[in-house]
Amino acid sequence: MTPKQADKLATGVIYAIVAIICAVLIFILAKVLVEGLPNITLHFLTAPSESFTAGGGIGAQLFNSFYLLVITLIISVPLSMGAAIYLSEYAPANKLTDAVRTAIEVLSSLPSIVVGLFGFLLFVIKLGWNFSILSGALALTIFSLPTLVRVIEQALEKIPDDQREGALALGLTRWECTKNILMPSALPSIVTGIVLAAGRIFGEAAALIYTSGLSAPALDFTSTDFASISNPWNLMRPAETLAVHIWKVNSEGIIPDVSVVSSGSAAVLILGILVFNLLARLLGNVLYKKMVGYSDK
Amino acid sequence: MKSKARLEKRGKFLTMLCTLIMLATVVGIIAMVAAKGLSVFFVDKVSIVDFLFKSEWSPSSVDSSGKHLVGALPMIIGSFSVTLLSTLLATPFALGAAIYMNEISGNRGKKILQPIIELLVGIPSVVYGMIGLSTIVPFIRSFAGGSGFGILAGTLVLTIMVLPTITSLSVNAISGVEQSQREAALALGTTRWQTTYKVVLKTALPGIMTAIVLGMARAFGEALAVQMVIGNTTVIPKSLTTPASTLTSILTMSMGNSIPGQLENNILWALALVLMLMSLLFIMIIHFIGNRKKV
Repeated sequence: MTPKQADKLATGVIYAIVAIICAVLIFILAKVLVEGLPNITLHFLTAPSESFTAGGGIGAQLFNSFYLLVITLIISVPLSMGAAIYLSEYAPANKLTDAVRTAIEVLSSLPSIVVGLFGFLLFVIKLGWNFSILSGALALTIFSLPTLVRVIEQALEKIPDDQREGALALGLTRWECTKNILMPSALPSIVTGIVLAAGRIFGEAAALIYTSGLSAPALDFTSTDFASISNPWNLMRPAETLAVHIWKVNSEGIIPDVSVVSSGSAAVLILGILVFNLLARLLGNVLYKKMVGYSDK
Repeated sequence: MKSKARLEKRGKFLTMLCTLIMLATVVGIIAMVAAKGLSVFFVDKVSIVDFLFKSEWSPSSVDSSGKHLVGALPMIIGSFSVTLLSTLLATPFALGAAIYMNEISGNRGKKILQPIIELLVGIPSVVYGMIGLSTIVPFIRSFAGGSGFGILAGTLVLTIMVLPTITSLSVNAISGVEQSQREAALALGTTRWQTTYKVVLKTALPGIMTAIVLGMARAFGEALAVQMVIGNTTVIPKSLTTPASTLTSILTMSMGNSIPGQLENNILWALALVLMLMSLLFIMIIHFIGNRKKV
């Protein structure tokens, strides 16, 4: 084979590979949406799930997924923002900083089931919080910390050093410079990163099976008793999420309409992820325009 | 002026506190999983050799000599098989996509393929497991017989899952190669493929290896998608299409059914420890590759 022929062959093979990857994604999306969308009705989205009979919905699971996501973000965003600011603006080049960087790497490669089991051991058993939203949110915080820290740090690092030097030369302290100069410019990238991370948190299940649990008590939105298990806002109640529900009905479910419930839930989950992806781009662009004064594109 | 200094101090203190909380969390996870995972060897006196190399897994029962049946070899073999096979299968596809995005199509290809890769990353693992259960398992059943559950089904699901990880990191590695190197090679009269193969891929090799190792780490640690399609039988797999199990799948299924403090529970923590040590090993390999690159 001459080099020219080899070049043609290789190019052909690479085109075929790209076509296969595109086909796989289209197949996955089509399968989930075509099979799932017809099952999504108002009843399905709002009704409580059934354990033994057909016709159950995902009302509680859907609410739990969003509620857990919000609680997780409330805990993890300030924490990761603090850590990212320290690492990019303050951290001296020493052994401790190296250790922190290695720790982030370790955390990002730990299997999420290990994070979930750690949460189970510490929050559920040792601290006695049982299967609860609080246990789940803390496990999800651990799971999402490395991503969030990295995203925020990269956003801060993208800002040219001139801005820091200028601010410091004008007599601002590092904290004022970060708060008033750097954070506003980094905000578009930070928001995009957080929304993308939210998509991952929304679909995560392994870390939740043993922390927020496998049961979704029916929710009563008129309840004012915050200690009640049916009060939606109670942080100490068990809360099965949508992703966990899909896993449960497929692997140990005994309801007769497994395929209806799981395909419908998967379609809702995928739509949610798509919305998060679009939202990330949109919010990023809008904020960027606002901060910089013109569009990137 | 005094309050300004105080504000600065407080800001530095707060951000440092966040960093230390994170560091403490990681140290805490490692220490607690290690302590729990080792207790079965020190408290329950289970032999590490039996645990790693015996193949009978039935922690609640004992053999004729009174020893607990805690051989984790079937799960260890299962985990390594799906990890190696799926990485092997995904790597050519990932490299193909990365080469396409950097060397062949320029910006247009990036605009099409980049969102596809991002979407594939974003699809939750339970959805991959569900599709595996409803598509791949019946497909294997129809052409290979048996139940369709097994290492092959797990491998195929994982291949799609690690593909975007390896692709996006390889894209970074390949786009890091200096443009002048490509131009020099092309000026010598090489074809595009010769340039890609002999110059670009060679230069980007450390980065590509890192991508592959991170893909392996993801495959080794993935729990739910694999658990749904592998069959979860704790025997040493005889073929690719007979039910098997992985460390993660047994952990996912069994942890809730055992009582904390008992041997059946402690031995599961030993599985979690193996899982954690493997992910630490993957990190060490990546550091090793990174250090060699500098020299």
